[in-house]
Amino acid sequence: MTFLTQVLNGLQLGSIYALVALGYTMVYGIILLLNFAHGDIIMVGAYISWIVMAQLGMSPVLAIILSVVGCTVLGVLIDKVAYAPLRNAPRLSVLITAIGVSYFLENGAQLVFGADAKVVPTYFNLPNPQIGGATFNGVAILTVVVTAISTIILTLLVQKTKFGKAMRAVSEDMGAARLMGINVNNTISFTFAVGSALAGIGAVLYSMAYTQATPTMGIMLGTKAFVAAVLGGIGSIPGAVIGGLLVGFAEVFVSAMGFSVWRDAVVFLLLIIVLIVKPTGILGRTMNEKV
Amino acid sequence: MDQELNGGQERPYVTAKASRNGGGRKTLSTKKRYIINALLFVAMLAIGEGLIDNGFISRYQTTVIEQIGIYIIMAVSLNVATGYLGQLPLGHAGFMSVGGYSCAIFIIRMMPVFDLNMRSFVTGEPMAVVLFIVGVLFGGLMAGLSGLIIGIPALRLKGDYLAIITLGFAEIIRVVMLNIDGVVGFELTGGAKGLTGIPSYTNFLNTFIVVGIVLFLIHTMMKSRHGRAILAIRDNEIAAEATGVNTTYYKTLAFVASAFFAGVGGALYAGCIGVMAPAKFGFMKSIEILVMVVLGGMGSMLGSVLSATVLTILPEALRAFADYRMVVYAVVLILVMIFRPQGLLGTYDFSMGDFLERLINGELFRGKSKQKSEEVEANA
Repeated sequence: MTFLTQVLNGLQLGSIYALVALGYTMVYGIILLLNFAHGDIIMVGAYISWIVMAQLGMSPVLAIILSVVGCTVLGVLIDKVAYAPLRNAPRLSVLITAIGVSYFLENGAQLVFGADAKVVPTYFNLPNPQIGGATFNGVAILTVVVTAISTIILTLLVQKTKFGKAMRAVSEDMGAARLMGINVNNTISFTFAVGSALAGIGAVLYSMAYTQATPTMGIMLGTKAFVAAVLGGIGSIPGAVIGGLLVGFAEVFVSAMGFSVWRDAVVFLLLIIVLIVKPTGILGRTMNEKV
Repeated sequence: MDQELNGGQERPYVTAKASRNGGGRKTLSTKKRYIINALLFVAMLAIGEGLIDNGFISRYQTTVIEQIGIYIIMAVSLNVATGYLGQLPLGHAGFMSVGGYSCAIFIIRMMPVFDLNMRSFVTGEPMAVVLFIVGVLFGGLMAGLSGLIIGIPALRLKGDYLAIITLGFAEIIRVVMLNIDGVVGFELTGGAKGLTGIPSYTNFLNTFIVVGIVLFLIHTMMKSRHGRAILAIRDNEIAAEATGVNTTYYKTLAFVASAFFAGVGGALYAGCIGVMAPAKFGFMKSIEILVMVVLGGMGSMLGSVLSATVLTILPEALRAFADYRMVVYAVVLILVMIFRPQGLLGTYDFSMGDFLERLINGELFRGKSKQKSEEVEANA
């Protein structure tokens, strides 16, 4: 285990957190909702992959497509069913609803699939390239590349397209955006769709790396990704990526130093320290960055 | 199971506004109200104890009833932070585990010092009673202290950040309980296999005496100047600050009080269950307690008490449907939030004093809204 391998591990874990954190940050930016169910959307994505490949024996490409599409649909559906009726309700009510949705997905999955872990088959046999004597994990490289591409596409989407403009407008001032003729509900649905699609990609990358689906896998993953989003400054796309990588590196290096049992505690301690020093997170200053 | 419900009716939250009403309406003084409630409470304890002694309530049922009392404490204490202060802490199980571990470890370590054994707590030796009181207080204080440590940074942050930071803190506590033995070098919490050998220092009587005291303390706290300051912060923090309420102080006070009582609940839990394991105090436990508060109505003590009672009995009664229970919980939580965001009882609270007043004035079946409008007129 060389230092470079650990760096790549940190990048890989951090990339997954970053993808999930992007979903949190976008939804939070637009309706100020901490979407607790976001982590569980990933869990559903992993189960979809498992069903398609292990149960139905279909191709991994189909599994990836169905996972991403499934997560997207689920995210929009959750918004329509559970959050949309509460658009004007107190924030606390929506937050508790989000907890309810998360609870529902977890226990629903447990009811349907059982509490034991399901093994997600290998999607592709990726080569593990050797550079300068060190072997690099192919899945890790793929994860980092996919995350980088997703982030770039997302940034372009938000900055250059009409939908992105609408998202930025709604997140800045929902009322004013409505007066300017922006369809606020569609924009919110679109935000949920994009965030959940990223969660779907995250689910595939996560199952490639850890090859397991359990009903409760979304809790820790989601919580840490949220920590990442808050660390980076919630509402900020680059912030989510930085936060994700930070959390990933913190975890990998704490484990590498032989304190793996304290891993989770270190992540949360990091959050508490950052919030005390800079309550808006690392990049959470400029409201214009909010999406 | 009726007697537990009375426990909640003992300490109503809204009282004593009637004394302002003129017009020859008979009223009860606050003192009389407290005496009536105290007598009812003692009667409830006596009936419960009598039923248990005579074997009408089995050992298993007694344990369930004790757990009802513990969850009443947990729900009512979370209600202080959620319903009265208007924050959303998601780490209540963390405080519960701090209280539980502290009390259990304290009592286990003190037993040899005072020459007590496991039976001493059942037979009720005087020294064991003292140790129980000190242990429960110690558990509460340790939880309150951790509430202070987390509250000071957390309360600077707004709602969602507070939620996530308390969640993170509860996770840290869980990880610490799991791994602390390796750091201190001797067996303190027992790690993942849990802390065993906890004497069963709770019984129906002492559990419900503690429940009564906790409800009384929270009730009086919320009726006092401090309580009104806390409610003012909930209703509008900026306005409260503008009228001279020290918001930081009162937010911390309410948060620490909430943690303290959660620690007391945890201390009783340790004695009731007999085994402490970190896995019991995960995120799900915090959510379970939150569901009790939300369903009952945030800001309603009676609501917390009722839903804690129902949600503790239901799983026991519906063991056959255990798999579906959690899914149903979740659906109910979402539906309640969509159709009745203020919870089933809202902020309504039952007041035995008000009830008796209405009774002696023959107003029992008169419409509530009518009475309210009369009050408004009288106050105007």
